[in-house]
Amino acid sequence: MHLFNELTNYQAPSKEGYYGEFGGAYIPEMLYGNVETLKTQYLQIMEDPAFKEEVAALLKDYVGRPTPLFYAERLSKEIGTNIYLKREDLCHTGAHKINNTIGQIILAQRLGKKKIIAETGAGQHGVATATVCALKGMECVVYMGEKDIERQAPNVARMKMLGATVVPAASGSKTLKDATNEAIRAWINEPDETHYIIGSVVGPHPYPDMVARFQSVISEETRKQLKEKTGSELPTHVIACVGGGSNAAGAFYHFLNEPTVELVAVEAAGHGVNSGMSAATTQLGTTGILHGSKSIVMQTKDGQVVEPHSISAGLDYPGIGPLHAFLYESKRGTFMSATDEEALDWAFHISEIEGIIPALETAHAFSVLPKINFKPTDVVVVCLSGRGDKDLATYMQAMDLKK
Amino acid sequence: MSRLSELFKQQSQRVLNVYCTAGFPLLNSTLEVMESLQQNGANIIELGMPYSDPLADGEVIQSSGNIALANGMTIETLFEQLAHMRKTIHIPVVLMGYMNPILQYGFEQFCKKAKEVGVDGLILPDLPLYEFEHLYGTSIQQNGLDFVFLVTPETPEERLRKLDSLSTGFLYAVSSSATTGKDKDFSKVAIYLQKLQAMHLKNPVLVGFGIKDKETFDAVSAYSNGAIIGSAYIQALSKGGSIELVTSQFLKGVLN
Ligand SMILES: Cc1ncc(COP(=O)(O)O)c(C=O)c1O
Repeated sequence: MHLFNELTNYQAPSKEGYYGEFGGAYIPEMLYGNVETLKTQYLQIMEDPAFKEEVAALLKDYVGRPTPLFYAERLSKEIGTNIYLKREDLCHTGAHKINNTIGQIILAQRLGKKKIIAETGAGQHGVATATVCALKGMECVVYMGEKDIERQAPNVARMKMLGATVVPAASGSKTLKDATNEAIRAWINEPDETHYIIGSVVGPHPYPDMVARFQSVISEETRKQLKEKTGSELPTHVIACVGGGSNAAGAFYHFLNEPTVELVAVEAAGHGVNSGMSAATTQLGTTGILHGSKSIVMQTKDGQVVEPHSISAGLDYPGIGPLHAFLYESKRGTFMSATDEEALDWAFHISEIEGIIPALETAHAFSVLPKINFKPTDVVVVCLSGRGDKDLATYMQAMDLKK
Repeated sequence: MSRLSELFKQQSQRVLNVYCTAGFPLLNSTLEVMESLQQNGANIIELGMPYSDPLADGEVIQSSGNIALANGMTIETLFEQLAHMRKTIHIPVVLMGYMNPILQYGFEQFCKKAKEVGVDGLILPDLPLYEFEHLYGTSIQQNGLDFVFLVTPETPEERLRKLDSLSTGFLYAVSSSATTGKDKDFSKVAIYLQKLQAMHLKNPVLVGFGIKDKETFDAVSAYSNGAIIGSAYIQALSKGGSIELVTSQFLKGVLN
């Protein structure tokens, strides 16, 4: 049913934001003006040389880009192939999320906005948003589920220290899905001066495309760095974890139209895909509409969105971006999953053999390494989306249990 | 002629559309609430189908939806409850809801079933113009259902005319860009409604969001064909007591 777009260029959705049947802008009329402004202006603004320069300068001097591409020697030996880690954990604030917030804050300035709202789950996107708001002197309000506020106290404190107001989302299940609902409702209620910085490649068109473009710096750098290190710009595999899918979209972006590169997306299986406590959206979901776009959504047979489960708050989301739904459906992407337990094991393992404590989200991406049949000559890039500082409480608990 | 067109032919002033949530306050109170509304002077019933993530709704309607879902309300159950509604309900009934549960039910099947039980039209706030024209509008029209678009004070004139031309039954003028249940500055609303009046639209205009009592109903009715009340009625129902008593008191307050 590819009514909208015979997609041969995976990087570009149709004019109305469709990747095959997925995408679009299923929003109430009250948001039409804001979304239409973004839709008609984002490409123009993003392609303006002065804009590009401003973003590039901040990514370099403030975020610390380019992030290294690191050859993981002990891990490569163990798996029997060549594994490179794209070090997004070394970005300012500790994860890839800031690539997107830097771009969007400057875009918001160009649109004349005075106030920023955002949603957050684990708090990484909230911190990345509060950070750029402090940098640019903009008012910042972050919506966060009541449950997540309890679970992620250090990030709540960071946001407050950065001058943001954290508003508890008390509706529904009180987690990321509901924080997103609240942020969208807040945007409806004060549309003129406010820009909504969505934290992943989800939401109504043009957000999925816009966020993918801001994150695409990951694969842009990877290509250059691979060329230097291996003589070829192309790896055989790129592996990334998927919550909404922004680090994966960024890590895949410049390889999307390279059919020899296998794109591996790793979802959170929670206690196991069929346990009833999972967030493996492509395995458990069906076509649906959530937060303004058509995609794959975890829901009951009656179309009520269900609450997922993952040990990592950043993957604890019942949908995925429409680009990923399309990569899944068209089989351009390989979708795998990792359980809470596997992710925890791999977080410890990577810490021990590479000296890098990864975020719990990222640990899911490592978990699939032993499940793929690599050749010794393969070149595998793992997107190391974030560092594990924010997950220390969970890691400490796990260590206590092991004792 | 559709029931909605018939209604507006006979009454062009102070048409009152009242929103209620299916399966609220009790799973099986849907018809009782509808009959009470009809009995006490509502001209149209807007029946909300509860959804886990209703983006356009404020707290009051959200919470009625959560209660309805906890009561076990589904689209399938709703159609069972409405199967014989036309034995007692003679005024127009419009279903309001979000796309996701309808897609899961099957969009075409949903339109067919809605028509079969006697529903007159649909309000689907997250079905936008482009998707209506290219994907879903045909099923709605072929099944003889009216479709009501929302317009806001920010909707540009050209788009407003297009939404009017594609709507049938009436046009839903949101009093200002906001979710349901928020208070409004009615002097601004009046200016907006006068502008709409001057456009001589094809459809009658009903005003919604922030209409809660006689004062606000009168204020917007002066410049439109009537209004839609939602949160205020749901709030009255939430306080408990006999549905008939609550409804008659509430509507007396608005209409007298
Ligand atoms: C380190 C890290 N990786 C991954 C994610 C998941 O988000 P996405 O799928 O958009 O990359 C998050 C979200 O909080 C995160 O903090």
